[in-house]
Formats: sequence, C-alpha cells, structure tokens
Amino acid sequence: MLLLGAVRYSLYTLAKNAVTGHRHWPPAWRQPEPKKKYAVVVIGGGGHGLATAYYLARNHGLRDVAVLEKSHLGGGNTGRNTTIVRSNYLLDANAKFYEHSLKLWEKLSRDLNFNLMFSQRGVLNLAHSDPQLDEFARRGNAMRLNGIDAVFLDRAGVQAKVPLLDCSPRTRFPVMGGLLQPRAGTARHDSVAWGYARAASARGVDLIENCEVTAMRRAGNRISGVDTNRGFIQAGKVAIAVAGNSSRVAAMAGLRLPIESHVLQAMVSEPVKPMLDTVVTSGIAHMYISQSDKGELVFGGDLDGYNSYAQRGNLPVLERIIQAAVTLFPAISRMRLLRTWGGVMDMSMDGSPIIGKLPPPNLYFNGGWCYGGFKATPASGWCFAHTIANDAPHPLNEAFTLSRFQRGFLIDEKGAGATPGAH
Amino acid sequence: MLLIKCPHCGARAQTEFSYGGDATRERPAPAAVTAEEWLDYVYLRDNPRGPHLEWWHHAAGCRRWFKLRRDTATHKFVP
Amino acid sequence: MSAQPFRAPNGGRIDRRRPLRFTFDGVEYGGFHGDTLASALVANGVNLVGRSFKYHRPRGILSAGVEEPNALVQLGAGARTEPNIRATQVELADGLVAHSQNRWPSLRFDAGAVNGFFSPLLPAGFYNKTFKWPPAWWLGYEFFIRRMAGLGRAPAAADPDSYTRRFAHCDVLVVGGGAAGLAAARAAAHGGAKVFLLEQDFCFGGALLANGAEINGAAAADWVDGEVDFLNGEAGVTLLARTTAFGVYDDNLICAGQKLGGGELSGADKTKKPRQRLWWIRARRVVLCSGALERPPAFPGNDTPGVMLAGAAVTYARRFAALAGENAVVFTNNDSAYAAIPALHEAGGTVAMVVDSREGGAGAFAAALAEQRGVTVRRGAVVTAVRGGRRVRGAVVDGTAVDCDLLCVSGGWNPTVHLFSQAQGRLRYDDGIAAFVPAGGADNLTVAGAATGEFGTARCIAAGAHAGTAAAAAVRGVRVTVHDVATVTVTGDLCASMEPIAALWTVDGGRGKAFVDFQNDVTAADIALAHREGYSKVEHLKRYTTLGMGTDQGRTSGVTGAAIMAGLCGRTVGAGGVTTFRPPFTAVTLGAIAGTGRGADFMPLRRSPLHDWHVNNGAVMINVDLWQRARFYPRDGETMMQAVNREARHVREKVGLVDVSTLGKICIHGRGAGVFLERVYINKWTTLRAGRCRYGLMLREDGFVLDDGTTTRIGGGEYYMTTTTARAAEVLAHLEFYAQTVWPELQVHLASVTDQWAALALAGPLAREVLAAAADAGAVDNNALPFMGYAEAAVDGCPVRLFRITFSGERAYEVHTPAGHAEAVWSRLLAAGAGFGIAPYGTEAMNVLRIEKGHVTGAELDGTTLAADLGFAAMQKTDGDFVGKRSLERPAFAEPRMELVGLVADGKKPIARGAQLIDRPGRPAQAAMAGHVTSACYSPNLNKEIALALLRGGRGLHGKKMFAASPLSGASTPVTVTAPVFIDPQGARARG
Repeated sequence: MLLLGAVRYSLYTLAKNAVTGHRHWPPAWRQPEPKKKYAVVVIGGGGHGLATAYYLARNHGLRDVAVLEKSHLGGGNTGRNTTIVRSNYLLDANAKFYEHSLKLWEKLSRDLNFNLMFSQRGVLNLAHSDPQLDEFARRGNAMRLNGIDAVFLDRAGVQAKVPLLDCSPRTRFPVMGGLLQPRAGTARHDSVAWGYARAASARGVDLIENCEVTAMRRAGNRISGVDTNRGFIQAGKVAIAVAGNSSRVAAMAGLRLPIESHVLQAMVSEPVKPMLDTVVTSGIAHMYISQSDKGELVFGGDLDGYNSYAQRGNLPVLERIIQAAVTLFPAISRMRLLRTWGGVMDMSMDGSPIIGKLPPPNLYFNGGWCYGGFKATPASGWCFAHTIANDAPHPLNEAFTLSRFQRGFLIDEKGAGATPGAH
Repeated sequence: MLLIKCPHCGARAQTEFSYGGDATRERPAPAAVTAEEWLDYVYLRDNPRGPHLEWWHHAAGCRRWFKLRRDTATHKFVP
Repeated sequence: MSAQPFRAPNGGRIDRRRPLRFTFDGVEYGGFHGDTLASALVANGVNLVGRSFKYHRPRGILSAGVEEPNALVQLGAGARTEPNIRATQVELADGLVAHSQNRWPSLRFDAGAVNGFFSPLLPAGFYNKTFKWPPAWWLGYEFFIRRMAGLGRAPAAADPDSYTRRFAHCDVLVVGGGAAGLAAARAAAHGGAKVFLLEQDFCFGGALLANGAEINGAAAADWVDGEVDFLNGEAGVTLLARTTAFGVYDDNLICAGQKLGGGELSGADKTKKPRQRLWWIRARRVVLCSGALERPPAFPGNDTPGVMLAGAAVTYARRFAALAGENAVVFTNNDSAYAAIPALHEAGGTVAMVVDSREGGAGAFAAALAEQRGVTVRRGAVVTAVRGGRRVRGAVVDGTAVDCDLLCVSGGWNPTVHLFSQAQGRLRYDDGIAAFVPAGGADNLTVAGAATGEFGTARCIAAGAHAGTAAAAAVRGVRVTVHDVATVTVTGDLCASMEPIAALWTVDGGRGKAFVDFQNDVTAADIALAHREGYSKVEHLKRYTTLGMGTDQGRTSGVTGAAIMAGLCGRTVGAGGVTTFRPPFTAVTLGAIAGTGRGADFMPLRRSPLHDWHVNNGAVMINVDLWQRARFYPRDGETMMQAVNREARHVREKVGLVDVSTLGKICIHGRGAGVFLERVYINKWTTLRAGRCRYGLMLREDGFVLDDGTTTRIGGGEYYMTTTTARAAEVLAHLEFYAQTVWPELQVHLASVTDQWAALALAGPLAREVLAAAADAGAVDNNALPFMGYAEAAVDGCPVRLFRITFSGERAYEVHTPAGHAEAVWSRLLAAGAGFGIAPYGTEAMNVLRIEKGHVTGAELDGTTLAADLGFAAMQKTDGDFVGKRSLERPAFAEPRMELVGLVADGKKPIARGAQLIDRPGRPAQAAMAGHVTSACYSPNLNKEIALALLRGGRGLHGKKMFAASPLSGASTPVTVTAPVFIDPQGARARG
C-alpha cells in the first residue's frame, strides 16, 4: 500500500521514466515542515528510528508520527557499518530476536518496494583454537535447536568455501574450522534507511531532517514534548533511537544509562573483480571481511578502546585489523586500502540492546546496540513500534529491559561483564 | 594515536596503555549504600560528549593507574 | 621498440641516455628514465588506456598525478600483480608490464560497453528500483552485477614481498615538496628545527617542474635542485621522496607510505629488500604544503580520450617532453590554462583556440600569452559537445566544430585540504577562487601555498618560508628570523594567478553525457536525478550516485558535484559543504599497513622455559592463547587418543610430570596484603598462616567469577599468587587497580613473575617418592609438606618452591623454580622418577584429569557463572566486603541458575563438545535447552564418556536422564546427570 504521491519502483516504471529522461521521479520521501504536535515523536532518523516509524504506521495504524533527525537520514551508524546481517547468536533472547530480524530481511525489499540488495551469501566464523571450537559448537548447536541454520565446517570445508583463505599450518593461529550460517549475508546499508524512509513517508510519517532535539520538557512525570532547533514539538509519546548519542538524549530526561559510547572502525579496499563470496569473521582478532557488490573488500574491526564521540579511528586498531586480514588472506596484501571511517557505538554493559520503557511513562528507549545494530534494524523497529503502540513490550523484546541490570537478568553473550569496551 | 602523559613516566604512545573508563565513579563503601545505589555504581555511566575524567593504566610501562581528563569529541587531553 | 612519436626532441626532466622498455596490453613501447607510465604512453601516442566502471566507456589520461580517475592499470603479473594503479604515478621502469582493466575481450572492443546502450535504464540508484522480483533471483542478478563491477583483479597467490615500518619524531613535518614545501623545510631548518619533508612524487618540485618561470635568475627546476641539494646536506633534515602522507591521527601522528627501491617494480627485486615502508611520524608541528588539484568542468562528451586537464598537458609537455596532442583547444574558466599555449607550442604542438567561459576573458598576462602565439580566444563561450569516440576529433563551440586532437580543460583548482580536514580543520568556500579553502581549527598544523588557495610561485615560496619559520619558532619557543628564501625573485611565472575565475561547474544544453565523476560514471544528469528524488544533501548525493567514491576519492569530482547540487537546490556552495575527507589521502597497500605483524608473526609467541625440551622429546604442541604448550607426547604409533589415555591413566596409577609454567604468577607484598586478599577473594584469607596455600575465587564487581587460583603465604607480608593462564594479565591489572586506587592505604605492591618462575606439576600416587629422591634438601613427608602446604627446597642444586596443591586430584606437588633452572629441575625429576615409571603428560591428559575431578577452568568460568553456580557458595564470606559481593543480592540470582554438574554417557557414545542438554531428542526448534556441555572427555580411569555441564537447577537434578544434543554433528547422546566429581569425591588421594 503506497500513499502520498509515491510511485512504485519496478523495472516497468524504470523503463517508463527512462523514456522521459528520468525527469518525473518524485522525491523518495516528503520534506514536510514539522507540525506543532504529534502523537509519537521518534528522536533519531537512522535505520532504527525510521523502521520504528514505518512499523508504527504499518503494523499499528499510527500515522501521526514524526522522526526528528539532527542531520540527514541514515547519516549515523546506518551508513557506517559493514552491512552484515546474521542471527548466529547463542543466548535464547538474542537468537529469537535476531532470527525474527533475519526473517524480516528476507522479505524486506518487497515489503518496502525498495531493493536493499540483501544478499544471503553466508557468514563464516573461523575458529583458531580448541576453546573456540568448543564455543562455536555450543553456539551452533544452540542455533540449530532454536531453528536457525548453522553448519560446522572442518578445515577442508572452510578451504573449499573460501579458496583464498590461508588454512595452512604456517600462520600463527592456523584455521581449525568454522561455523557457517548460510542464510546470513549483507545488505546495502544506505538503502535500508532510504527504503524505510520512503515507505514511512508514504504512510504519512513526517521525516524532519536538520532537526536537533536540544531538550525535553516535562509536565508532571510525563514528557510533554521536545525542544528542537526548529522549535518546540509537543508529543504524546517520545521514543529515543539515537545509537551512539543515547546517553546524551537520555540525559535530557535526567536519566543515566548502562551505556558507553565507543568508536568502531571500518574500512574498504579499492574495488576488484569478485574474489570473496562469503562474509568471513575470525577469532584471531575482532575482524570481519566481505566483498561488496562494487568489488571493494569491506573490513570491520574492533573498538579503539576508549570512550569516544569522534567518528574516526586510530592507527593501532587499524593496523591490527589489516594484520589479521593479510594473515588470513595473504593474496590481498598488494591490494590497497581506500577509505577508513569510524562509527560511534552505544556499548551496553552486557553487550545486548535495551528496548523498552524509561521511567517517565511516555518515554521509550531503543539503544545499546553495540556492534549489532544494523542487522537488528527490522526487528528493532518492529518490536519498538509494538512497545510504543501498546505501552508494553513485544514477546521478542521482553528480556531487553533496562531493569535487567538491577535485577540481574543479564544477556551477556561474551561474559565480559560491565566493561562495555570488552563486548 | 593518542600521546598520553603518564604522570610517572612522561608522554608515551597510546599502545603502552590500557583504558579503565569513567574515573568520576568512586567505589562506595558497600555497607553505606542501598542495593540500587550499588548497582547504579556498577552499571550506570554519565558517558558525556566532551571532557571525561577517565582511568588509564600504563600497562607496558610503570603499571600505575592514573586519571586524565580527555575530551571524547576531540580525543584531546584537557586540564 | 617503436619510436616515441609524441616525444619532443628536447627538454623535459627525463634522462634520454637511459631508455626503458615496457609493455601495455602486450605491445612494447619505449620511454625514458624519469617518465611515468602515463607520460611514456602520451609520448607513444597511446590515448585509450581504460574503461569506466559502470558504462565501460573508453577513457584516456585525464591528469598527470594523484587525481587521475581514468588511467588505472593492472601492473605486473602473477603473485606480484597489482590492480587499479594510476598510470600517472607509476615511475617507469625497464621491463614494466601493464594492462588495461575492466574490459573484455579487449580495451578497444569491450563487450561491457553494451551498458552504455542500456544507460537510460541505469541512472543513479537504479538498483534500488529493480531486481526485487522474484526475491530468490537476487543472488542470480547479483552474480552478474558483481562481475561487471570491480576494476582490476587481485592477485591469486600470497604476496611474496615484505614490508617494513619505522617510527620517527620530528619538530616540523612538511608535507609536499613543491615551492611552498621546499621553502618551509628550509626555513624551519634555518630556525633550528628537526625537519621531515615528504613528497609523494619521485622527485621534488611539484608544479615547479613544469613551470617556465625563473627563480633568482635560474630555471625553476634548477632552483628546486639547488634547494634539494642544500636540504640533503643539512643534518637535521630528512627528505623522503616517493612518500605520501596519507593520514593525520591524534596528537599529530602522521602516517606516510614510502615506496622503496625505486618504483613499482622493486618488488621483483630478488634481494628481499622490503617493498614499502610505513612511517609513523609524531610531529610537533605540521606544515601542509600539499598544493592544489585542477578540476574539469562537466560538459557533454568530456570523458572522450583526448580531453585532458590543462595543467596536465603542460606537465606532460614541460616535465616529460611529451605532447598530449598536436592541435589543441583550450577550454577554461580561469587564467591558469593559458599556460598550455606556450608549453604546447614549445613542445611542437599548436593551440587552435582558447574557449574562455568568462565574458571578460583573461587577465593581462594570460591574454598576452595567447596574443603572442596568435591564438584565437572565444570569450564567454563554452564547449557544448566533443567529436570523436576513442579519441577527440573536435570540440563544438557555439554550434561550430573546431578540429583538434586534444582538448585541454580547466574548471579551476581545488586546494588539497584532505590532511587539513583530517586534522579537524574547518573549510570555507572562497568565491574568489570558487573552491574550499582552510579556515582554521587544526591544532599544530598550518597550511601554506596553493593548499590555502594562494597561487603564484613567489607567493607560495614566501608563504612556505613564513610557515616553516613560525613552526620552528613555536617548537623551540624562541623568535626566529625568516630565511632569505622567503624573498626570491620570480620572473615569467605561468602560475602567477588564476583569477579572475568564473565558476563553471557544468555546461547546460548539450546532448550526451556530461561526466562529473569519471571513474564511477556519475553525470550531471545523475546529480539532477538525485536532487529530484530528494538525495540533495552532499552525503546523500555521494551515497546515492557513488560520486567521489572511486579510487580517485573524488579529487576531480567532489567539489564539482557538490556545487552542481548546490545550484539545483538554490543554496550556496559553501552552505552545502563537501563530504568528510577520510584517511587515507591516497590508497595504501594493505601489506604496508600490516608491516611485519602477519602470518606466523601475527602475534607474539610465548614459550615456556621447557619449550625446547618438549619439542625435542616429541611433544605435539598446541596454541593456548599466546603460549604454545605440550599437548601430548605420543609414543611409537600412538594416536592422540591412545597417548592421552595412557598419560592420564599413568598419573592416577603411578606418577606424571606436566609443565604448568604458563600459569599467571603474581608476587604480592605489603603490610596489608592479607587484608587485600581478603577483599579480592570471596573466601577467608586473614587466617592463612605462613607456609600454607589456599584456593581462592575472585569476582568482578558485577558479582560474576573472574578467575580462580591458589595463593600461598610465603611469610610475613609476602604472598605468591597463581592465576589461570588465560586470565593472568586481566587479573593483574584488576588487582593493581584495587591496590593503587581503591585501597591505597593497604600499601600493597604487586609484580608479575610469570616469566621469572617455571612451574612443574608432579602428580600421582608416587609423586612424594619421586620428589624425595630428587630433592637435595628439605623434607617432603606429609608432616613437613602436608596438603596445601608450602616448603622451600633444592633440586639438583636449584632452589625450588614446593606447593602441595593439586589440579589432577592426585597427591601432587607444584614445583616452581627460577626459569633458568627449569630444564635442570624437570630433568632431575624425570631421572629421579625413572624407577617409579614417571612419564611427562600434556595439556590433554591434564584436562582429562581435571574433568574427572570436576575442577573448573575457562570453559566453566565463562564470565556468566556465579561462585554458587560452581558449588562454591559455602566458601563465600558472610562478613566483610569483597569485590563483587554487593552485586550478588539480585532477584535473578534467587531463581534456578545454570549449575555445575557432571554427565555420564549411558553407553559408549562420546558426549559431543558444545552439546546442548535437552529432555528428549526431538525436532530442533521444539527442544528447550536446559543447559550445555562445557567440557567433555573419555575417562580412561573410569572407562566412561564423561562431561562437565552447566544445567539449570542442576544440583537438584542428579540422576536425571537427559540428552546431550549436537545437531551440528548429528549426535545425540543419552546421559545421566551426576555430581561434578567423578573420582575420589572425598579428596583422600590428594591429602594422603
């Protein structure tokens, strides 16, 4: 169902518009002026905020919704990540949530009428030690019992799947095997923001760019609205989906969060003809590598290790990531690094997200995504919209409460504890 | 790469140090606080964008823990 | 070798006495030392050099430098091949082999050019609008898209070359060895500073190499040589050519890549010299003299081979004596392009016409250049189309075709502000030069010369000299006089000015594609489409159209694209801004970044002091974190299973010896050490007497188990702690934090002695006999050294610390000795034990023994277990504080927890590693997981398959029948839940 002046995207409309020199395509989303009042104001125009708005309209019929974005849509981590989509989680709460997300991804291009180039080329985790083999076996078994696809590959299987990988005993930590999730893969990150934006806008959601929230106003124990650089906007409900800026926005409501902001680096090589079909991650360093449709090798890395709101990384971690990459793939050593960047991660105290209510009764929070935010986008929006619309969590996000830290119901995949940089 | 001024050894490259997080938090005497206050200490952070007092450990040097204030938006150490 | 038909007979900074041969697409050509690959191709009249990314359009050489979007080649072959190399930056070498890219079957006839016919269907973002149906076909569509994309090919074999890295510190780092940079380096050195000067080209001089000016009466190029000679002679100056500063990191750390050994082919050098070096330079001040890059206007057909930046045509003519065309048209909006007139004429070509978009035409100096050569100037005119396919044949000006084989274009110059922006500098749009210029904000980094938007050789030299002087003065904290270099006399400067400029971003009204980003095939129409669809912010524009995302990083397209969009939006160029400049400035070889830390040297290797003994005695080694440990010692024909079973049985029946030197060891001193241990461990420590050991468990502040180990009171305030191998570093830092910052009043001091002490565990019923036989002194009977006791003794004359502690559950002694004595003590124990049948055992048998005893290790201490989960509830103090205690009072911890249990297989089927515990085997997705296997093994002493597991409410489930399910391996083993101690639950063996 498309409304509000949107045109269906298809090969037919593309051909039709080609005849007229593409001069008649409408804007992908409207650029409205903010209204004085909305039933729901979503702070943050990244993937999660846009998906939330979309599902508020689509699943719950809520159209009096605004998404406030301080800069441009999808300008934060949505457009900075390494585009990996997977659900290879150990713990039940995470596994079920991310598997729901993966299932939404599988239909999302059609649902949004926007090709997100979701490509299920598989994600392979490499094990380089005995404890890692145990850990992967445990995780893979848990995945399978949770109905998620997982395959264990021995060294020969890994080599067959990724011919360029050095599986020899010559490296410092030889490859011993791998855990493959065949349905996992990658998607085009910007398209996710644009696709949700277009679909939400068509359903009546107002997307307000260059609109930075500067304060929250209270009426009794409730939030009455938000002050922005474009004026005060009254809100029935306020929902926060601002990733790395979670603590700053929560502070406007006088709240502190179990979150630290850390910078995570990513980088791409120059484009080359296809050489790597699968996403490969390795236990020798926090490193993952894939090849984009454009031909660039896309590398993701580890946190720089200190609190940061600067969207740029530092050399030691960059060096470590590349050392791991050329150790695994000695043939890429002569290729060249084209672009590096950083994103600000909202690292939570147990490595899992928070989706739920905050103390003011009409304030809702979605954050603490650590490295996992991109793949979570559909389920995050789905569950957050449900929580906002019903004032109660969806079964899939019941466990992701803020109170779990006080109550002890932690969801800690790595067991790293209250050291956010270690997750 | 940060240049970190260890109060005992002088300025050294970031690679010699490890990070210890928010140093405005002080471990309360466990008996002096409620359970909720204690867990707030364990889990909650101000996480400011801007000056941030934080712990650093000269792990590959004198192995002393010390506090520095650093701007999380610019990465610069500030007084 | 063919002649070089487009090489001028004289001039150029090439060495005609040193001819070189090279091949391009299999055809052999000649060039000279001092050429780039691009200049040699120009000299040979090769115009078609590549195909574009999306439409596979024929492309020629556009530039003469780092900004080149088109002339990307595949260098070399086999393991040493390199894709996407800019021909304009390749230093020509004899035997160089280059191929064009992204074409099939050949450069001239590229099947991919069919994309050009479908281009109406392939506007920006087309892929978002189609290929959605049917969903299952996307991988199929994508297969072809991926093959069409990419540019060159990656090598298929490991890189045979090596890379190196160097750290450096300097007072003043000057980036760029052109007019401003040379002057800055000289002035800074004059000011007493230690200086680094980096130049990406293989020779210094920058734009001066192609400028006809005279400086102080000498040719500009000679002035360059003089300055370089002088700087080379200065002790405090380091000149690095072929070195690109590509990144500015925090606190002025500049990262630069240096090509070693003379060029791209140096890798073929069999001398094993490193191919490239990465510099990490910490500079107190940086002077950025990175110059400016010319940009082309967007007009229909502007990508036809033979359309070249005017400055590049000048460079080819003057620096390389290579004529890019015999009959040129110049199309410009500023004075700088008029320099092409004398340059091309002197090299033997002609300029047929200057098309100057400015109504007022050129300034006096430039106008005179045209007049002197009798060149027609068409003011207020633009080129609306280009004739020719694979080569320019003419330019259409106001509806009339003008014949030419070279179209020199200039749309103005963009100061190279990348590094300045990386250093958090702010940019300002300068209407005067229609470009973004630095506007402050970068700490300890100044910009000088053309990089600030300043043009003119004399002005750039003066600016460089002043910046170099100021940097030296700031570093040294003294006043410094400006060196004379600041006041050179320049005559005949062809780069004196580019003003007045009339912004010319795109030419409207013509037919055909007007390219903005040549490499990614982004046209002015694509930008208009992006605007129409609302992708008008510069970041959206970039991402929607891929503008500026090619290997040229948008150096010729970024500002132009942003300006076209600003025009469509009715905003100023400055208000729209440009996208963020991110490192690296130019692409850096991955191998250079990795340096030597790759392959076998990816991480350090820690070796036990007994490493050589293990290897020499046939041990199979295994990586354990950074360590390598002896896994097992196979005897003739034994499988691993057989060897491990033998070793494990041997310990229970006789005696074995294992190397446990990898344990973390921490020396703890201080008056308050006992109180300190009391606070970091969950159990009682103030009651520990000297000469006694105790097992301890420590928590993180969130209440979960951090580590376990034993600590011994050596005497007084001296304690000796052991930690697990995996957590040694983490535990030490944790303890130091509490000792130094939380309880400094306890005056506790800690030191890691992991590497100072070797540790051997002697275990088995006959361990005491062996130890007694081996020890030179000291009694080891049960009174002198009871269970959990400590004593000092000597073995083979070596001092040893003896700890009566056990991991295997047998009567056991940990024997610690200074690392240098390790082999002597180990050998003596083996010798003394020979009569008792002693045998060394490895980590596998050690693991079997500890599973049989239910001793926990990393698999159980996974960061989510509480002490109570592991059966240590009774050990926790109820009085006093300890780290993590207060976090234990939470509702979740009162509910059924994952508790440590044992599992025994009902039958001979092994219990799979990582198996999940379920009540009944069923279809996956229907089985609730109640727990999981943490460690599993075959117990040779019980002849059973056993495991340790964490099971929800497990302590109340002993005797329950369950299934250890491993869908991954297809195994599902029926098991019985038991207590987690399989052998000697009373501990009699250890105590006796």
